[in-house]
Amino acid sequence: MDARTPLVLDPAALEALVDVLRRRGHRVLGPRVESGAIVYGDLESAAELPVGVRDVQEPARYRLEPRGDDARFGYANGPHSWKQFLFPARVRLWSARRNGDVEFSDELEAPAPLALLGVRPCELHAIEIQDRVFLGGRYTDRDYESRRTGAFLVAVECSSPAATCFCTSLGTGPGGGEGADLVLTEILEDGHRFLARAGTDAGAAVLEELPSRPATDDDLAAAAAVVEHAAGEIRRRLDPTDLRGLLQRATESPRWDDVASRCLTCANCTLVCPTCFCSSVEDTTDLAGRTAERARTWATCFAVDHSYIHGGAIRPSARSRYRQWLTHKFGTWNDQFGVSGCVGCGRCIAWCPAAIDVTEELAALRAEEEAVQ
Amino acid sequence: MAVAAEPIELAATTPRPFTVVERRRETEDTWTLELEPVDGPPLESLPGQFTMLYAFGVGEVPISISTCGDRLVHTVRAVGAVTDAICAAEPGTVLGVRGPFGNAWPLEEAVGRDLLIVAGGIGLAPLHGALVHALENRRDYREVALLYGARTPADLLYRAELVGLGSRHDLQLDVTVDAADWQWHGKVGVVPKLVAAARFDPDTAIALVVGPEIMMRFTIEALLARGIATERIYLSMERNMRCGVGHCGHCQLGPTLICRDGPVYSAAGIAALMEVREL
Amino acid sequence: MKTIDLLLRDVPAFDCLAPDMLELVAGCASNVQFGVDGVIFREGDHADTFYVVRHGSVALETFVPGRGSLLIETVEAGEVLGWSWLFAPYRWHFDARTLTPVRATAFDGACLRGKCEDDPALGYALMSCFARVMIERLQWTRLRLLDVYGNGRRG
Repeated sequence: MDARTPLVLDPAALEALVDVLRRRGHRVLGPRVESGAIVYGDLESAAELPVGVRDVQEPARYRLEPRGDDARFGYANGPHSWKQFLFPARVRLWSARRNGDVEFSDELEAPAPLALLGVRPCELHAIEIQDRVFLGGRYTDRDYESRRTGAFLVAVECSSPAATCFCTSLGTGPGGGEGADLVLTEILEDGHRFLARAGTDAGAAVLEELPSRPATDDDLAAAAAVVEHAAGEIRRRLDPTDLRGLLQRATESPRWDDVASRCLTCANCTLVCPTCFCSSVEDTTDLAGRTAERARTWATCFAVDHSYIHGGAIRPSARSRYRQWLTHKFGTWNDQFGVSGCVGCGRCIAWCPAAIDVTEELAALRAEEEAVQ
Repeated sequence: MAVAAEPIELAATTPRPFTVVERRRETEDTWTLELEPVDGPPLESLPGQFTMLYAFGVGEVPISISTCGDRLVHTVRAVGAVTDAICAAEPGTVLGVRGPFGNAWPLEEAVGRDLLIVAGGIGLAPLHGALVHALENRRDYREVALLYGARTPADLLYRAELVGLGSRHDLQLDVTVDAADWQWHGKVGVVPKLVAAARFDPDTAIALVVGPEIMMRFTIEALLARGIATERIYLSMERNMRCGVGHCGHCQLGPTLICRDGPVYSAAGIAALMEVREL
Repeated sequence: MKTIDLLLRDVPAFDCLAPDMLELVAGCASNVQFGVDGVIFREGDHADTFYVVRHGSVALETFVPGRGSLLIETVEAGEVLGWSWLFAPYRWHFDARTLTPVRATAFDGACLRGKCEDDPALGYALMSCFARVMIERLQWTRLRLLDVYGNGRRG
């Protein structure tokens, strides 16, 4: 049987999936409920998945509530994204020893290869965007490359989007899976099951080890219906037409003062965003000055010192920092990397304590421009 | 200095150890260091590029390359903890070098034309490589002019070299200071003012300008008043830099990453961005 | 050798004057020369002349008791030297001393003031010309005051 043909898995097969991946040496990461949110962490068993849980999200609001069923992936997303594993918050770049001579050593950490279980289509796009940043330029980030190359991705299409999702406006969801090793679609109607498609040879090999049956036309139709229904549920919209040009022209818009009066520059948005990649370096040394180390750490353009050069910060005001973030995400990211930086996951909207909604801000900028014309 | 078409990048994320072989004080807060690699070949770079210079246990800063040959020469101003440590490095001290990074001055484009080099203060350091290249390949260029100024005579860089340059007949050299001291008998006035008297063909000349941003703005105005188009005026831009390789997001200036697309930009390309405050 | 009004046509300070006005102005002008270290004018002296430097470099200085002469600014070829002739009490505010041999065109202030009073159009044109030059000088001076080369550490 050609393992590229779609198969159907029982919910129980997920346990076998976790098992197979672990036996192959992967560190399996997936969604779980912790502290009232769906977060990504180590999965020892499929029983740890957020069974029967749904997220309710609005600007500045995130709550979990019971669904009344056994859906394993019946939610949208949480404050975590996969970047914390591919692009960890702190990574040692090199260490050095001084003993007359100075020696630098930069061996990579080489941790166990990862298996990401439950990657949303929007998150797949986000990973691809970070691939461009770290692997697509003249220089390659060796650490990112090592974590990314061995990673096994199990995508799960969305069935239950949140009110904060706007992937449909950007073409990043709720269905999809290109680039993943395995793509699953959870079907609840007429028997709880998963449509499973292999996206790569590695995915096909794993699928072969799982108990399954071939998918029927009914299964395929049911899976398509799940995604179609999810797309219909997405109400939040963003007009993506020439956002780059719009933001380029809007540098002096009064809207920036408006949002600055609300923005706390707390950097929550950059922390939860799956594509934000700004980093800094931390140089440390021991007291004797004999050993030194450099680590790469997450940074945020909302910090005042992010733009500091001798004399002062280039962007001291909240206004200029919010403008920098929004303009970069939706505009200049295109100039720098050839794609938009946003995948429409809506995390920044839910996790902003000031309830700032990027879709609303961009709509306001567009309306302002159109009013003048 | 060998000018390679595609400079070899020898160290991207991990520094290469270089030893300080000579240290000279230029001004009250500026030193020139000459570095040689502890092992391996010397650094190859093009005028305009920079390295990330690391002081053991203290930190790292982007410093433009002053000249590059068998020795890597950096002129550094002490303005913080890292540059203090670098400027205090006596011969024998080992510093870390990453790079070279960034793009180069358009010296190819300037072949067959008048070349104007306009520098303010420590801005002469990133232009020094271009000046040396032009003088070593003098016949490639028509007029070559160095217009240079600093706050006071004591703040002028490379003073011994400037004296030597003054006796060359194939170089227009014009030096000024903002404020004279008791021994100064040269020009007193701002650098942009020197543009009016320089000899060049505005229709074809290429101008390279580095200095404090305000000085660059006034210099561009003076060059435009003489008729040089913004496409032929080049600047070296500066922003906070961390990685030097286009991955950390710090050096963004609107759509451009200065470590990757710069630091050399034509005024035509960058003027609109320079006008937006707090960009 | 060029006549004075032809020479004036090359001077940036006067390039806003029409040829007929240049001729009027030239009527108050004469050519002068100074050797190195020559005194053109002294602070406190009666100011009734201004100069357009044609070749050479002039130092504007002020004398500081106990320290000597301090160089404030240099005036180069093509630039106007001297403003104190424009308004009473017509006294020089600084010393002007040549740093190199200097050739200049000297203008009789009283003669020019007279012509301007007789011909307001000339007066307006001349004032406009000078205003532009003075504004440029002001910009350069402000730029020096900004001390743009300042050390990044300063508070």
